Amino acid sequence: MTYEDEPLVVGGHKVGSRLIMGTGGAANLAVLERALVASGTTLTTVAMRRVDAAAGTGVLDLLRRLGIETLPNTAGCRSAAEAVLTARLAREALETDLVKLEVVADERTLLPDPIELLDAAEQLVADGFTVLPYTNDDPVLARKLEQAGCAAVMPLGSPIGTGLGIRNPHNIEMIVEAAGVPVVLDAGIGTASEAAQAMELGCDAVLLATAVTRAGDPERMAHAMRLAVEAGRAARGAGRIPRRYWARASSPATD
Amino acid sequence: MRIWVNGQERELAGPASVADALTALGLPGAGVAVAVDGEVVPRTGWPARTLAEGNRLEVLTAVQGG
Repeated sequence: MTYEDEPLVVGGHKVGSRLIMGTGGAANLAVLERALVASGTTLTTVAMRRVDAAAGTGVLDLLRRLGIETLPNTAGCRSAAEAVLTARLAREALETDLVKLEVVADERTLLPDPIELLDAAEQLVADGFTVLPYTNDDPVLARKLEQAGCAAVMPLGSPIGTGLGIRNPHNIEMIVEAAGVPVVLDAGIGTASEAAQAMELGCDAVLLATAVTRAGDPERMAHAMRLAVEAGRAARGAGRIPRRYWARASSPATD
Repeated sequence: MRIWVNGQERELAGPASVADALTALGLPGAGVAVAVDGEVVPRTGWPARTLAEGNRLEVLTAVQGG
């Protein structure tokens, strides 16, 4: 089996695509549906909210109709206690043990709170969840999350929704190098080249939402992301040339 | 009796179970999860779990996000 054909397995769950989508930010469900189909994704995040919230609940019906598995997140949680309760409610409502664990420190940066995150991860692993933590691009924290029993680690490229791409590629490479579980680049992707870059750095998958849902044409961008993830994975498998300081002719020298 | 549902005070004829409360308040039963005072009540336990004055219910469902 070639590198490109290897299936992605997260804690015993076989994931059919290496592009994991989010559903946030889409103008409406029709736009979301076209984007999800174009992305080729088989796993997609949803958020948990009080039923009387203004947001609709049609997203679950849509995902079921498209045969896409749900990955509930704990978005909006600021403490381990909140995140653990939200994860338990999501498991009950959606009948899945998968959870994208998200514990953010503040609204301005939406950066993960590493202390609360690790605490929540330990509790959820002990409770039988398959935990996919959204984490900083910190190799030490990634290692500790893996040691805590997380089924994957999901470092950010840059803060959620910024589209700033991968700000510290070297850190992502170090996380990939050390990880024994899948590494999913989560957050910060702005355009297709950055999704390809994540895969070239050795990430096992890319999770994105805003880059597609808020693009000028979400359906076209979703298609571009699908190709980018495939291209990046193929390039990683192929092995890039080493970087050189001086030129090296690719045509024979004249005599 | 008075209970709190998703942060709002609601009046409910007692005695009532979690299942009764969802029906009385017109909340959907599918695709939702319920916690009472911070403890998740599994769907199968809704009819048996009786509510008491001042209980705090959280009723959550999946929405677009992430």
